[in-house]
Amino acid sequence: MSDATMNQKPRRGFRVSRGALPYLLSLPALLTCIGILIPFFTAVAYSLQRYRLSQPWARKWNWGENYLNFLSDPAFWNTLKVSLTYAFLTVGLELLLGLGIALLLQKRTRFNNFVSIMLLMPLMTAPALASLMWKLMTNPGFGILSYFASLIGLEDFRWASDPSTAMLTVVLVDIWVYTPFIMILLLAGLRSLPQQPFEAAALDGVPRLFVFWRITLPMLTPFLLTATLFRVIESIQQFDIIYAMTQGGPGDKLTVFQVEAYLNFFQSTNVGRSAALLMILWAITYILSNIFIKNWLRLRERQRGEA
Amino acid sequence: MEHTSTLEKILRGTAITLVILFFMFPIFWIFLMSFQTNETILRVPPSIVFEPTLSNYTALITGKLDTAAGTLEISFMKNLWNSLFLSTASVAVGLVLGVPAAYAFARLKFRGSEDIAFTLLSFRFAPPLLVLLPLTIYFQQIGLADTYIGLIWVYQLIVLPLILWIVRGYFEDIPADVEYAYRIAGHSWGATFRKIALPLAGPGIAAAGLLAFIFAWNNFIFALVLASADKQPVTVGALAFVTASGIQYGQVAAGIVLSILPTFALALYAQRYLVEGLSLGAVKG
Repeated sequence: MSDATMNQKPRRGFRVSRGALPYLLSLPALLTCIGILIPFFTAVAYSLQRYRLSQPWARKWNWGENYLNFLSDPAFWNTLKVSLTYAFLTVGLELLLGLGIALLLQKRTRFNNFVSIMLLMPLMTAPALASLMWKLMTNPGFGILSYFASLIGLEDFRWASDPSTAMLTVVLVDIWVYTPFIMILLLAGLRSLPQQPFEAAALDGVPRLFVFWRITLPMLTPFLLTATLFRVIESIQQFDIIYAMTQGGPGDKLTVFQVEAYLNFFQSTNVGRSAALLMILWAITYILSNIFIKNWLRLRERQRGEA
Repeated sequence: MEHTSTLEKILRGTAITLVILFFMFPIFWIFLMSFQTNETILRVPPSIVFEPTLSNYTALITGKLDTAAGTLEISFMKNLWNSLFLSTASVAVGLVLGVPAAYAFARLKFRGSEDIAFTLLSFRFAPPLLVLLPLTIYFQQIGLADTYIGLIWVYQLIVLPLILWIVRGYFEDIPADVEYAYRIAGHSWGATFRKIALPLAGPGIAAAGLLAFIFAWNNFIFALVLASADKQPVTVGALAFVTASGIQYGQVAAGIVLSILPTFALALYAQRYLVEGLSLGAVKG
């Protein structure tokens, strides 16, 4: 039979040797990405230059000057502070909320599954559009949330347009969009935990708070870690929500890294500073993503091994 | 562990209700808004009782916006079409490039395979502007500025890592024995890939494609930097629309509803694979 099938197949014009095959298969994907990677090195070069689009004639290498200037540049420290605050607040609150919701929905009932699917909807909303939705709801003239605020005595609560509440507003939008992400990862984690320790604890009448701290949380740690790192990396780079909501304003209240870099490039046309800012952001995310990938791999291996 | 007190039931119930309220209310409210005229939207206090109208949707679909200052042309449908085209084309390209690579990474362990796979994955985590800003200058030089091709290429940065890592997981789950048996029966490597591996990983490939589509659809920053008005997808277009339409809030709401419905529908359809996809294959739902 094998002879018959072999004879049916005409020999191909060229044959790929087995050693080259995997490279041949993965090369197109790699080349596509490397084509996009070239700009990365260009960005490195820009970050070492004095380069303003408005003054192309004054373009020259100034090596580390853009970076050195950051040290005495209050705008840079503001960017760093705002970015870290944003990442810390969003991820921290999302973790607490996401864990809480996952615990609420842990049991596999039809109702719980329905709710967890419903909660995916914010996550499936484009962050930029989510910001628009919240903008409509926080409009001082007719926004429903502004109305609610006035009901509890906060007259003229201006949400994103007030410097003191702008951060709160964008953090709220971020929480709305991304809490479901943490929730579904942790829910999947909770449901995949082995049942024996819990059954044993229940038989022995161990208090539930103790079970949570000593059994559930430690066993859930790899999932918590993966979800946290994933979100921190994304959150410190947040652009869509903030740009769509206030474009970094009011003033410099929300000029996180990517927003500041965007404004530097397109408004003040200071390419050098913009690139240097992005390089620093890249360094931060590079370190974080290396830690993340290691953790993620371990989790992936373990989950696949069990499956 | 099983016996729950009444108090706990009440607390749980309240908590779940609050959660549902917080996460569903914005969608519900914008949906209502999209069926209202400006007069009912601007009413104080807001009310959920109103005469529903389809005028916002018809204005968007016909592209004619009646404002106090006269009739305004709006290109929202064009934006919607751009989103559809860009996302579909990006996913198609991503699948053609990504699925064979995923197979190579899963089956044919080769020197440097892990390094290459990780390099591709690390793109997922780099700040997009870092690449986008120099790219605006390059694209102008090589004539890709403001073209669909240029955009689809850049969209691979989102689509490819996702497809690669999810599909790789699916290939790894297929027992290699089936393929070896088929190979031993005298079939070529290509035939084995087409007739055995691809169909078996089919559901995973479909799920990766759907997820990649959602991510491409929801992307904002790539098109904001690289696309001009007539190539813009809904995410960027909707923002411009807010400024352009002035105070046509009902139409903005209708635009948002039209822009998020496709991703909701896909997510609902592919929910089984969502957990796995969102965690890049690390966690099974």
